[in-house]
Amino acid sequence: MSTSLSKRLFVGMAAASMGLAVTACGGGDDTTSNASFDETVTVGILHSLTGTMAISESTLVDTEKMAIDEINAAGGIEVDGKTYKIDYIVEDGASDWPTFAEKSKKLIDQDQVPVVFGGWTSASRKAMLPVYESKNAFLYYPIQYEGQECSNNIFYTGATPNQQSEPATKFMYEKSPAAGKPFFLVGSDYVFPRTSNTITKEQLTSLGGEVVGEDYLPLGNTEVAPIIAKIKEALPDGGVIINTLNGDQNVAFFKQIQDAGITPDNGYYVMSYSIAEEEISTIGSEFLEGHYGAWNYMMSIDTPASKKFAADFKAKYGEDRQVADPQESAYNMVYLWKKAVEKANSFDDDKVREALVGIEFDAPQGPVKVMPNHHLSQTVRIGQITAEGQFDILESTDGPVAPQAWNQFEPSSKGFACDWTDAAKGEKYKL
Amino acid sequence: MQLLLESLFNGVAIGSVLLMAALGLAIVFGLMGVINLAHGELIMLGAYTTYVVQLIFKLPALQPVYNTYVLVAIPLAFIVSGVVGVLLERTVIRRLYGNPLETLLATWGVSLILQQFVRSVPLAHAAGLMLTLVLGFGLPLLLPQKLLAGPRRRLMCAGSWAVSALGGVLLAGGLAAQISRIARATSRNVDVTAPKWMRGGIDYFDITFPVPRLVIIVITVVAVVGVTWFLNRSVWGMRIRAVTQNRSMSDCLGIPTETVDVLTFGIGSGLAGVAGVAVSLLGSVGPNVGGSYIVGCFMVVVLGGVGNLLGTVLASFAIGLLTDLIGAGRLLTVWPDMPTPLADVVNFFATTSMAQVMVFALIVVFLQFRPAGLFPQKGRMVEA
Repeated sequence: MSTSLSKRLFVGMAAASMGLAVTACGGGDDTTSNASFDETVTVGILHSLTGTMAISESTLVDTEKMAIDEINAAGGIEVDGKTYKIDYIVEDGASDWPTFAEKSKKLIDQDQVPVVFGGWTSASRKAMLPVYESKNAFLYYPIQYEGQECSNNIFYTGATPNQQSEPATKFMYEKSPAAGKPFFLVGSDYVFPRTSNTITKEQLTSLGGEVVGEDYLPLGNTEVAPIIAKIKEALPDGGVIINTLNGDQNVAFFKQIQDAGITPDNGYYVMSYSIAEEEISTIGSEFLEGHYGAWNYMMSIDTPASKKFAADFKAKYGEDRQVADPQESAYNMVYLWKKAVEKANSFDDDKVREALVGIEFDAPQGPVKVMPNHHLSQTVRIGQITAEGQFDILESTDGPVAPQAWNQFEPSSKGFACDWTDAAKGEKYKL
Repeated sequence: MQLLLESLFNGVAIGSVLLMAALGLAIVFGLMGVINLAHGELIMLGAYTTYVVQLIFKLPALQPVYNTYVLVAIPLAFIVSGVVGVLLERTVIRRLYGNPLETLLATWGVSLILQQFVRSVPLAHAAGLMLTLVLGFGLPLLLPQKLLAGPRRRLMCAGSWAVSALGGVLLAGGLAAQISRIARATSRNVDVTAPKWMRGGIDYFDITFPVPRLVIIVITVVAVVGVTWFLNRSVWGMRIRAVTQNRSMSDCLGIPTETVDVLTFGIGSGLAGVAGVAVSLLGSVGPNVGGSYIVGCFMVVVLGGVGNLLGTVLASFAIGLLTDLIGAGRLLTVWPDMPTPLADVVNFFATTSMAQVMVFALIVVFLQFRPAGLFPQKGRMVEA
């Protein structure tokens, strides 16, 4: 009875309860907090620390901790005249989607954190979404994804398709060495590749391009021989391969296509949406040299902010570590949350959410801005992979590109948009 | 003609990976009737062995012979997985003979332990531990039997284990000092890079034959021929078959059935290790690599008929050919103007994930008519 009452309180009077919760937490941590802080605020970090996704997601935990340490070193968060030290609770999603939902509930109900930074796969986000919506809590999600979603309770700092795959497809069709040639789409068999490829097909049709085949590899399967046979038959004279394979499957794919002669030298160019610097070093740049990638952040960006981000990360975690787009995105979201809290002058979800829209931040990739649809406007870059395992940036947009939560090529979402600043518009409204 | 050849090659290539992975299981499950769910993890150990051998061959002293590391990795992977298999048999499985369900659960537990083992233990230390085990079991066999007789036996055994442990510690320390990549535990996948001569492809009849695939086919053929010879021609092979067919009679006739069990299980496990070398050439190596092969392995053995090597061989190639035929949509290429509804169906199944569904469905249908697989044979399982 008492828990259900407190839950109702939580939803109904989020403002008051959150304020109390934060103070309560802070009070308990007095002994550990630094003398120069008045209070402590505890945030939640929820990524897979075990299982298949641990390789990727643990780097996000590292980056989020780094951002929090940086903020604390610079004086913490200032709310209502008090300075708060940020403390964090790290939970393990264990690469298992129901676990993500369960741990979210624990962080919200039991630990009463004002914000959760978490997730990687779309499947984990889809599992967490109902939890945050029903409890009116707030999740910050850092990964480029397929779009077609716009929750009032999630803030997406990764790229939407129009900030990654669309510019990439356009580049491959118009400017790459395989310009004008047919496309073949390869992906892992789950929601992101399928949605992303639907968008790519619609976009190519409008550009006048041709998709001659697509194939999906079940997650965990590394037998790519039939796919290679199909690619060779569909693209006898070379062409563009759009790759949305996930994790280890990329290793099998790139090793085997090279042996089968599907290489840049023979006119085949692969554009990958899930291969960043970290993955290049795992797969080996000798298999990837000459192929392409598209991201908002690339480690090779030659600006002081980018270099500082990489240098700080290496100084903290070791010289052999890399930074990549997902990490930059995770880093940004911590800072954006801090700025929003300070602007709202409160940890309350509803006030922070309102304050969040319009916040700007000088990220390692350049300036980013939170848009009314809870996504970020950010710069898009296309790079070619070098022998050293970095991206040679061939093209970048002049400035940040506005995010489209609802895709404008996909028929079911064409003409729709999302705006949480206007109660009449909300999740999905007709433009 | 070209199409036929290409399809045939692809089918054989896919099939030989399956066959190599399932060969050890065909012995362990087929002949002994042990449902070993840790078979996939024995494959994984073989793959990790390849990775460690590769790193050792990258050291300056061995750099000149780097290209031959795969040839060294094959016997080493056989030994590593074989020894782990023997250990598994001695400690867990032999207590559970005749209890297939308990064996299933126990070996599943072992598979989880092995997965966590490679995540939590630095590979350098794991290599040291393996050396200790191999030497500890191997040294007493190499010493003259006279030394092992009488009261000195305990002393000699303790001595040989001490020497083995020292060797293991030295190897672990040396590897950790020399190769920083395996000095720390990591759960991330690692990558085996094939030597130069094993990369790329050979063009023939306008078809590119990827070299790693050819190497795997060769390894598989050698392994199958070797196993067939061993089971049919060698003394121990005949003892294995005798025990398989009638354990109590073999026992009466003086065949050391316990030794036969250990040997059979060891060989089956060792073959899994060799399969690990093969799969490491195709994809990345990680704690979960075994899981992606285990279902396929059981499928092949069941389809081929439990206890029959020839059945396993044919089943692997049949599945390989079917996968290629359906997955690559070959029918459409052969018969481009087939009626639209049929073409739609073929197209629908012409993706890797749908092809897998189709292959499974066909196997289920086939087993309805021949529940005991392609070549039903009597084994201990039937007896029990």
